Amino acid sequence: MNKSKTKYVGKNVLRFEDERLLNGNGQYTADINFPGMYHVAFLRSEISHGEIISIDLEEAKKLENVYGIFLYDDLKHISPIISKSNMKKYLPTKQHILCKKKIRYLGEPIAVVVAKNRYIAEDAISLINIELKELEPIIDTIKASNETKNFVHPSLKTNVILERTFSQGDIKDVNLNELISIKKIFKMGRKTPLAMEPRSYVCDINKRTNELTLYSSTQVPGIIKDAILTYLGINGNQITVIAPDVGGGFGGKASLYMEELIVVAIANKLRTPVKWVSDRYEDLLTTSQGFEEIIEAELLLDEKGNFISLNSNVYGDIGAYSIYPWTAALEPMQVAGFLQGPYKIKNFYSNVKCITSNKPPTGPYRGVGRPAAVFVIESLVDMAARKINMNPSQLRLNNIIRKNEQPYKIGSGIVWDKVGFEECLKKALSLIDYDKIKTTKKWEGVGIATYGELTGIGSKISVAPGMPLNTGSETSILEIDSTGSISATFGIASHGQGLETTLSQVVGDHLGVTPNSIKIKQGNTSLITHGTGTYASRSAALAGGAAIKVSKKARNHILNVASFILNVPKTEIDIEDNLITQKNSNQKLSFPELSRIVYSDMQTLPIKLRKPLIFIESYDPIFGASTTATHIATVKINPETFKIKIKNYVVAEDCGKVINPMIVDGQVQGGVAQGIGAALFEEMKYNENGQLETATLADYLIPNSLDVPEISISHLENFLPNNIGKFKGMGEGGTIGATGAIANAVSDALKHLNIEITELPITPNKLYTLIKNKEKNEF
Amino acid sequence: MSHEIQLKTTVNGIEYDLTVPARLLASDFLRDNLNLTGTHVGCEHGICGSCTIKIDGLTARSCLKFAVQLDGKKVETVESFKKKPETRNILEKFKAHHSLQCGFCTPGFLMIIDELLKSKIKFSENEIREALSGNLCRCTGYENIIKAANEILAHKGIK
Repeated sequence: MNKSKTKYVGKNVLRFEDERLLNGNGQYTADINFPGMYHVAFLRSEISHGEIISIDLEEAKKLENVYGIFLYDDLKHISPIISKSNMKKYLPTKQHILCKKKIRYLGEPIAVVVAKNRYIAEDAISLINIELKELEPIIDTIKASNETKNFVHPSLKTNVILERTFSQGDIKDVNLNELISIKKIFKMGRKTPLAMEPRSYVCDINKRTNELTLYSSTQVPGIIKDAILTYLGINGNQITVIAPDVGGGFGGKASLYMEELIVVAIANKLRTPVKWVSDRYEDLLTTSQGFEEIIEAELLLDEKGNFISLNSNVYGDIGAYSIYPWTAALEPMQVAGFLQGPYKIKNFYSNVKCITSNKPPTGPYRGVGRPAAVFVIESLVDMAARKINMNPSQLRLNNIIRKNEQPYKIGSGIVWDKVGFEECLKKALSLIDYDKIKTTKKWEGVGIATYGELTGIGSKISVAPGMPLNTGSETSILEIDSTGSISATFGIASHGQGLETTLSQVVGDHLGVTPNSIKIKQGNTSLITHGTGTYASRSAALAGGAAIKVSKKARNHILNVASFILNVPKTEIDIEDNLITQKNSNQKLSFPELSRIVYSDMQTLPIKLRKPLIFIESYDPIFGASTTATHIATVKINPETFKIKIKNYVVAEDCGKVINPMIVDGQVQGGVAQGIGAALFEEMKYNENGQLETATLADYLIPNSLDVPEISISHLENFLPNNIGKFKGMGEGGTIGATGAIANAVSDALKHLNIEITELPITPNKLYTLIKNKEKNEF
Repeated sequence: MSHEIQLKTTVNGIEYDLTVPARLLASDFLRDNLNLTGTHVGCEHGICGSCTIKIDGLTARSCLKFAVQLDGKKVETVESFKKKPETRNILEKFKAHHSLQCGFCTPGFLMIIDELLKSKIKFSENEIREALSGNLCRCTGYENIIKAANEILAHKGIK
């Protein structure tokens, strides 16, 4: 390959996925049916905390075409799900496959009905008579952390299942009297990832071989395959987990679900295909939620605007169970981990508590911990700027970690390296013409957020602290078959990112073939010995790295074979546009010709060059790629309705080498839209009785086409990380930066009222209350 | 409970005459009985718009209708789009503008844009945004859908 330039990486190659998805030929899990397939429906708890007194199945069982009803006792051979971690002071929770006696969250599955179709299964559910005893729901996070009697898991004798303190520097060395303190309590509301495709699972059984195939709307088929061995005792060669077309994930499909195991267990037991498709109500109640935190934070700075110390207590509400496999540590620990952001602050202290409550388990959601962390630190920075009367952009520039100060280890232990914090901030400021757009007008405001993120992380950094799972490597198998056709297989599982396209661009460049001639295989556990899936902004960096390694290996071998066939040194041979050519001559070989000679012609090549054209490489970047972006938003508030309208939005981001600019922009646009949702609309509201007040899409609002503005995006490609492809992950950043930028813009728009936003989402109702309370207190 | 009713309907130009349970949803009928799985079910309460189809030329939420309500009607689903130049152009513009990521909500957006295209009214960008605001997309942030829609509707003369 011509080393100075790439032919496909960096180009807007149109997506290969689109044709099937646009024609209606995409195949999502719910689209898959098998002859004789049974359907299941779940009886779910209608309270959030209680005990089962009795269940009467008699009427339900009498219904025609009901084939079975399963309770905990029928599935008790499945051991409780336990998410392990080697973190100190971690108390794992036990999650039964169905409620045994105790009910810990609204929507927790109690019984499974198997029937001819979903309609009949739901009829049967309505005929089950269940008697429950209600217990006082544990809903308030702080109250839950202080509980001495009422526990989600009584055997643990506490609701705090994990606590950790991060500390750096010594505040005793600091003269507090000379410092300015900005101290607030921040609150981030609970979210649901809300992929448009609800979770769904279909398990087929081959009656001849007894082999099972689970079709799952999952981001992590590899993790699910491993969990099926652990909990159902089914070996990997007896089950294939396939993630077909998956309709979005955002973290909500990156964990193990009880329904997933149950569908497999029942298909295996009844020896017939079984299907479950979540309806939206079930999806809202039971898909892993995210982000619920209360954060007490104090920033100390001197009068010149130098940050001296950042202290915090993070109370993370993790719901009823420590989610498998990520554990309760995932979200709250990342809040503390990234709280310091891109700033030089010598003294750092954070205490993090992971607290159980009678709400669904929280899990990964786009941004994980960082949307809350960025909201807190960036709000503190703006509050400090107001207090010392300094331009917020200047205060950031004064404290930001510069290029020549990297690598820089922040208080939580994260190391920033090769990341353009200052450059992205300056770029965003100039993109929006910050000093010009800054306004003294009432109800109008501008807000900045700048952040640091770790992406594409290797084996030395766990996705969730202490979790015994290899998330740090990816394997690729490149095969050229007897017809000369090329395929490359990966353990990732694309669910909207267009990885079939981007990975073929990478392979195309390094092998010397066109992307559309490569078949990318992914999302299928039978094709690869190990893989986990797609999450944590890892797939482009890790699978992209594996793609480069395996393509180079294949190319080198092909050159050896071609050198023998063409009888010229391999330095004289080039591979480009699917042709193997002798430089400066007419001699050439196509891939089908080469394959025929390797596989079918038994005379031309010596035996060692006749081995199958299969190449395997793994890639582990060991550490991660630091990245950053600065987001700047302007807002206008309608003083009559308190509706907040986002007027302008810019993003300047450092994402390493861009594989496909169109796809990268799409990720940023979608990420920002979710950040807008997190900042202005979305909250899963559980009332004091433990009931969900946002159980439909008419109540849980996500941004629509009128709420998301056009986003101006600039990519800085001059901070390249230490991984093979120089790729940085960029699937989550859009969401990470938006919370802080919007909160700051809203606070700025309320400057005439001296109101500062400390709780997200900031809805028109909340804004109205804030303003009314302020007026009341001032009279 | 499974009272059956006769249903005569035309879907994507093909006539069907069959009996279906009275309570069968139109969305389930298209997906399960006719195997037209391009119509997606995202919420079953009429908010998300993924299940949008056309009934006698007008868009409708198939999750809010019973199959029997399609009796005597002409129904179009996304599977018909590749067959006609006008609708094929909508698909091509979506691809060119990267207007889809996971593709789950896409059929609903395609249906709405086709309806706008066939109406006699001219639209401003804001009106296009408004017309699409009844459909939810979680991946794209809408920007590239709006870009495709603007281009598809451009020859009508944007206001």
